Amino acid sequence: MKERLVLVGNGMAGVRTLEELLKLAPEEYEITVFGAEPYPNYNRIMLSPVLAGEKTIDEIILNDRQWYKANGITLYTGDPVVEIDRVNRKVIAESGLEVSYDRLLLATGSNPFIIPVPGSDLPGVIGFRDIADVDAMIEAAKTGNKAVVIGGGLLGLEAANGLQINGMDVTVVHLMDILMERQLDRMAAGLLKKSLEEKGLKFLMETQTAEVLGEDHVTGLRFADGSEIEADLVVMAVGIRPNMELAQKAGLYCERGVVVNDTMQTYDPRIYAVGECVQHRGETYGLVAPLFEQAKVAANHLARMGIARYEGSVTSTKLKVTGIDLFSAGEFNEEEGDETLVLQDPARNVYKKLVVKDNRIKGAVMFGDTMDGTWYFQLLREGTDISGFRDTILFGQHDLGDAGHGDETRVAALSDDAEICGCNGVTKGDIVNAIQTKGLFTLDDVRAHTKASASCGSCTGLVEAILSSTVGEGYEEKPSKKPVCGCTEHSHDEVIRAIAEHELKDMRAVFNFLEWKTPDGCATCRPALNYYLLARWPEEYRDDPQSRFINERAHGNIQKDGTYSVVPRMFGGLCTPSDLRAIADVCEKYHVPEMKVTGGQRIDLFGVKKEDLPLMWKDLSDAGFVSGHAYGKAMRTVKTCAGKKWCRFGTQDSTGLGVKLEELTWGSWMPHKFKLAVSGCPRNCAEATIKDFGVVCVDSGYELHIGGNGGIKVRVTDLLCKVETEEDVLEYCGAFTQMYREEAHYLERTAPWVERVGLAYIKERILDNEEERKALYERFKIGQKVAQVDPWKARAEGEAAHEFVPLKISA
Amino acid sequence: MSDWKKIAPLEDIPRLGSRVVEIEDGSIAVFRTSDDQVFAVRDACPHKNGPLSQGIVAGHTVTCPLHNWKIDLESGEALGPDEGCTNTFAAKVEDGMVYIQLS
Ligand SMILES: Cc1cc2nc3c(=O)[nH]c(=O)nc-3n(C[C@H](O)[C@H](O)[C@H](O)COP(=O)(O)OP(=O)(O)OC[C@H]3O[C@@H](n4cnc5c(N)ncnc54)[C@H](O)[C@@H]3O)c2cc1C
Ligand code: HEM
Ligand code: SF4
Ligand code: SF4
Ligand code: FES
Repeated sequence: MKERLVLVGNGMAGVRTLEELLKLAPEEYEITVFGAEPYPNYNRIMLSPVLAGEKTIDEIILNDRQWYKANGITLYTGDPVVEIDRVNRKVIAESGLEVSYDRLLLATGSNPFIIPVPGSDLPGVIGFRDIADVDAMIEAAKTGNKAVVIGGGLLGLEAANGLQINGMDVTVVHLMDILMERQLDRMAAGLLKKSLEEKGLKFLMETQTAEVLGEDHVTGLRFADGSEIEADLVVMAVGIRPNMELAQKAGLYCERGVVVNDTMQTYDPRIYAVGECVQHRGETYGLVAPLFEQAKVAANHLARMGIARYEGSVTSTKLKVTGIDLFSAGEFNEEEGDETLVLQDPARNVYKKLVVKDNRIKGAVMFGDTMDGTWYFQLLREGTDISGFRDTILFGQHDLGDAGHGDETRVAALSDDAEICGCNGVTKGDIVNAIQTKGLFTLDDVRAHTKASASCGSCTGLVEAILSSTVGEGYEEKPSKKPVCGCTEHSHDEVIRAIAEHELKDMRAVFNFLEWKTPDGCATCRPALNYYLLARWPEEYRDDPQSRFINERAHGNIQKDGTYSVVPRMFGGLCTPSDLRAIADVCEKYHVPEMKVTGGQRIDLFGVKKEDLPLMWKDLSDAGFVSGHAYGKAMRTVKTCAGKKWCRFGTQDSTGLGVKLEELTWGSWMPHKFKLAVSGCPRNCAEATIKDFGVVCVDSGYELHIGGNGGIKVRVTDLLCKVETEEDVLEYCGAFTQMYREEAHYLERTAPWVERVGLAYIKERILDNEEERKALYERFKIGQKVAQVDPWKARAEGEAAHEFVPLKISA
Repeated sequence: MSDWKKIAPLEDIPRLGSRVVEIEDGSIAVFRTSDDQVFAVRDACPHKNGPLSQGIVAGHTVTCPLHNWKIDLESGEALGPDEGCTNTFAAKVEDGMVYIQLS
């Protein structure tokens, strides 16, 4: 028989523990949950937005009743546990229900602290803790007018903001002289107070409540100095007290909370405890992030893995008042020996302060611009030495990089282990990984799969930025998501591997072997498979034109009016008068309506009718041109600058090298378009550092750059290495190109591919391993033997004529 | 009306491919599917008149080359979330010859 696990407290920490447990050991226990509130588990953090009318109760339910059912969990709501019988190992609920346990998990949370002054038990005096409190506040706002919130901390300010949005006249009473003194320094607190006052809130600072006035309902407050204020509603938000009554009654050892060890075990080894009710190493916590860490540890031990330990948390804080950006972490009030870095811009209402000791961040407070909060928090927790970028650290992380492009590049610059969602401890790597492997496209998907931004929501902007930087440039350029398409369960990587390992050499074989669900595949998978087969078996596989997009089938770019454009190849961008004359003749002969020099230094002939294509190609081919492949997922152009021959700055023959590179690579099919460039010196006139493969010539040789991209999302290349001879350039270029051809997913450009597999991996294969590099280069050349057959010439000579000639009706 | 027009031998149309037939007021795309059936639809996508004959054929559908709408060859209707319809024409294969019926 399964062991029985009983959870007391159906709240955020307890249910999170169950979720973690089910992930580790879904079959281990028969689980029963008792909750005092009449709801399934909801996101308590979101009560503030609910009060402010920005969310509904339904929207903040985290686990609906169906979830409990689906996981075989028995749930009793609205029925608090009133006694734990440790001797007989059972719990007794208010309704009289008794349930035995083998393991017990306490997660009873905490209670709002109600100041023990006369009258504090009057109707109209409430805390801010659960849905019932929110309901009471919304009710009160309908009839009453004046609200007083006691407590100028996180909770009090969120309550005050919500009540004000509900139309009440709100005064915040605070004992200290600054707001949120536990999270903010004087300066930031002052800015916050000013912003809130602009929103219409009133403040009574350094004011101590002496008595709650009223006969059978609250009517006002009297303060220690004798003054009074009217009130129809009083919200006490002066702190929370761990809810340990039940544990105490059961004789479990408690101090300020239920005391647990590093494995979240109480003094009774059968009883674990997590959440706000807990005291660990002398600390109690009131934010979800540490509680979720505790949940992980408790789940690990409940699942009998017995390896995790909870060692306490550093917490960070964000205030959830729409329109106010606030962040604080660590020890932000400087002590002797600390240094502070401050940036203050009163005009923009921005304030940032870092407390630094020995070049390491100890604490941070930010107001107005909190974008870099996560970054500072990461530097803080990892104890990073900041001396290298101390001068600019306050300007934010994007100031370190070279491409400033708003949120997206900022998140792109974050390392994979940067924590994005502090509540749930989700890193950038987790999110990117989930997006890529599970094929996620919306914020909701990401929330559902990773829990990032699913709690307090403060990191929503960052998560969206990661989403857009990962999913990238719209549907056509989507990076590989898990299954290739709806026709199969298999991912791109699995398909690539199967084609190689099981020697699948035609499309039928792939469909059969990988059990494709559709007879013919679809417009998504067929072009991908066609490419993979071609890349892997260049000498054996017969290209399937019906699995290519029309551009590649017709060897021209289809334009929006259904005509085509034609780009003759001009190696390295060089040309002769007779080349130009031949192009001019062709244009006149076929009435080409427009010509244009392209961004890649070639000439584009627009507006060609499909049936004219073979005739035109014949003329071009007779004049010595081959296809420019400007239409395909293929090697496009090598852009070059003037170079040493003409330019006074030139260090090497950039045009000559460009021609050689283009001769090496033309005609090659790729996962996506592929562009090269060669600049003759670091002035980089050919823009080589935003190309898939770029060469920047220097006095002593050639710098090789990879993975750049112009387009919607600009990405600057990574430096692969420096080589000394042109032969080396060709070899490294061939090897890199072949590695991309063999390993990238179809429709994945080099930029996201390099980011996905990592520069280190590419260096390892191409730099560190000469044999591997030479083998890649060799395979590239084998593929090129087949690929460098000019498709134009072939078609001019009659190949695939049916593509171009319309049928006639004969009778 | 049994006004069948002879078009071409079946093998002149590639499997999973198409040919274009020009008529007075536009073009008709004649598709051959993997099961050797033929379908004729007006060569204009209901979205923005993209040339359907240039799309990728799978099952009894074609995906428009311009914006990826998927069109059902039997009915001429757009599938999935998109809505719209293009004209269809009756088509058949007899003794290895493809015929279509105009109007
Ligand atoms: C308005 C508000 C805003 C907040 N904002 C943030 C924020 O922005 N960021 C942040 O990190 N944290 C925030 N918090 C704090 C966060 O919500 C808590 O830290 C977290 O919910 C604590 O989780 P828990 O499981 O320990 O307790 P809870 O979520 O309170 O769960 C405990 C549950 O146990 C039930 N229970 C108690 N006794 C019994 C019993 N005997 N039998 C059965 N059930 C019982 C309670 O009714 C409750 O449902 C906020 C809290 C509030 C109230
Ligand atoms: C021969 C010696 C021991 C054996 C075979 C043994 C075995 C076990 C086993 C099987 C568990 C259950 C793990 C689970 O929770 O699933 C356990 C848990 C535990 N044991 Fe021991 N144990 C031994 C000695 C000790 C000693 C000496 C201590 C402390 C001084 C100790 C402390 C604990 C604690 C605290 C747990 C609970 C840890 C948890 O929650 O995972 N044990 N032990
Ligand atoms: S990159 Fe250097 S060598 Fe080339 S044209 Fe510009 S300045 Fe001259
Ligand atoms: S920039 Fe836009 S409009 Fe211009 S060619 Fe590229 S895709 Fe077309
Ligand atoms: S014209 Fe066919 S999808 Fe847009």
